[in-house]
Amino acid sequence: MPVATLARSVLLEARRGGLPWLAAASLAVGLGAAAFLSQVALTDGAALQLAVLAALLRACAVFLIAAQVTAATLREIQDKGLELMLSLPLSRTTHYLGRLAGFAACGVALAALFSAALLPWAAPLPAILWGVSLALEAALVAAAALFFAMTLPSLVSAIAATLGLYLLARAMPAIQAIAATPLPEENWAGRLARGAVDAIAFLLPRVDAATRTEWLVYDAPAAGAYAAAIAGLVLYGVLLVAAGLFDFHRRNV
Amino acid sequence: MTRAAPVWISGFVVAMLAAQLAWHGAAGPARLAADTLPPAPSASVLRLASFGEAPAASRLSMLYLQAFDLRTLDYARLTAWLRALLELDPRGQYPLFTAARVYAEVPDAARSRLMLEFVHEQFLFDPNRRWPWLAHAALLAKHRLHDLPLARRYAAAIDRHTTAADVPLWARQMEIFILEDMNELQAARIMLGGLLASGKITDPAEAAFLKQRLEALETRR
Repeated sequence: MPVATLARSVLLEARRGGLPWLAAASLAVGLGAAAFLSQVALTDGAALQLAVLAALLRACAVFLIAAQVTAATLREIQDKGLELMLSLPLSRTTHYLGRLAGFAACGVALAALFSAALLPWAAPLPAILWGVSLALEAALVAAAALFFAMTLPSLVSAIAATLGLYLLARAMPAIQAIAATPLPEENWAGRLARGAVDAIAFLLPRVDAATRTEWLVYDAPAAGAYAAAIAGLVLYGVLLVAAGLFDFHRRNV
Repeated sequence: MTRAAPVWISGFVVAMLAAQLAWHGAAGPARLAADTLPPAPSASVLRLASFGEAPAASRLSMLYLQAFDLRTLDYARLTAWLRALLELDPRGQYPLFTAARVYAEVPDAARSRLMLEFVHEQFLFDPNRRWPWLAHAALLAKHRLHDLPLARRYAAAIDRHTTAADVPLWARQMEIFILEDMNELQAARIMLGGLLASGKITDPAEAAFLKQRLEALETRR
């Protein structure tokens, strides 16, 4: 099981690199901020605490995974560790998928920890659904970060590209809503801009529909909407894996 | 084994830390960037700025609004902010709670009316969830503004627009309640008791806030 062995080595590296401590620090900051804010709220204190904590933890999970994947991958490339690994009798596909499985497992561990932290305020079922969605979202971010770390030359550019893609995808529905409100006298440039925004939206994952704080604060999602959100994440994750494999096989190492 | 840093560098670090503490102390406590409430952004802009985290953004924005001095607050801007926050997170109750319980309970009748009208306007978008705030608005219209027609209009709106089974009978019959010759304290007792009994108030901070208001009414009489 070379994929499992590679995934295990990635997990070990993440543990030794201090990822558990960073996760614990994120949790401490999130709990502290939520507790402080709920003290100044006139009403809705529990919902405020839950909403702020969930939003913070989601952002932390995405950032930690993106940073971990890009830093570990670029370090391995720069230390010539990647060349050494490729000299082993393993296919490039196995190598790529093994590393990605390890990073995705880091995302699953973070999502499990963060969704468990919400249980004092959220009902168990929404918290579990939120956690599963966050795990898949983190796996998608790991796939994007691995793709950019393999294709871009520096740590900063790889992290910027990963987080840029993620934030653009999160903001896209709001951008589309703004673009869909035409001026009284709309010209061709306005129509072109709206068309361009819609075209870009087609190329982005629907992360806005996944891991929604509303599921925790109000009601658990409807089965159809939840399945659609999860399917969207899986589909885009597989697309990123395919693109990453395509690029990795073409790489001259 | 770590090496010891030169003494002058250690001294420099301590001196710069002292300078930072002195600078911060001399600057005084931090203040809001603006003393007056800035114009409200649209809900779309707030949604964009929050990257889709509407429930958190709406509640954090409410805490931001709370920081402004009530006496100098521009109510037209405040209403626009509350409207945008409700559009951002339509199921959130915080904007209507503060509109009815804080911003409408000011001595200035004109500002109070503005806020009561806002509560009525927003009630119409989701009557089954927002009726408690309009019920309170009806009481304020009767006992603070002494405007019986306005109070009856709000009470009638609750009866006409609410359809959910969990809306209590006393709320549906608010119009009779308004017409009865009872004082503000009695009415507030009935309404608060009814809200607590219906399980609508679950937040301890909100319950404490309402209890405090009731005690203030009792002291005033």
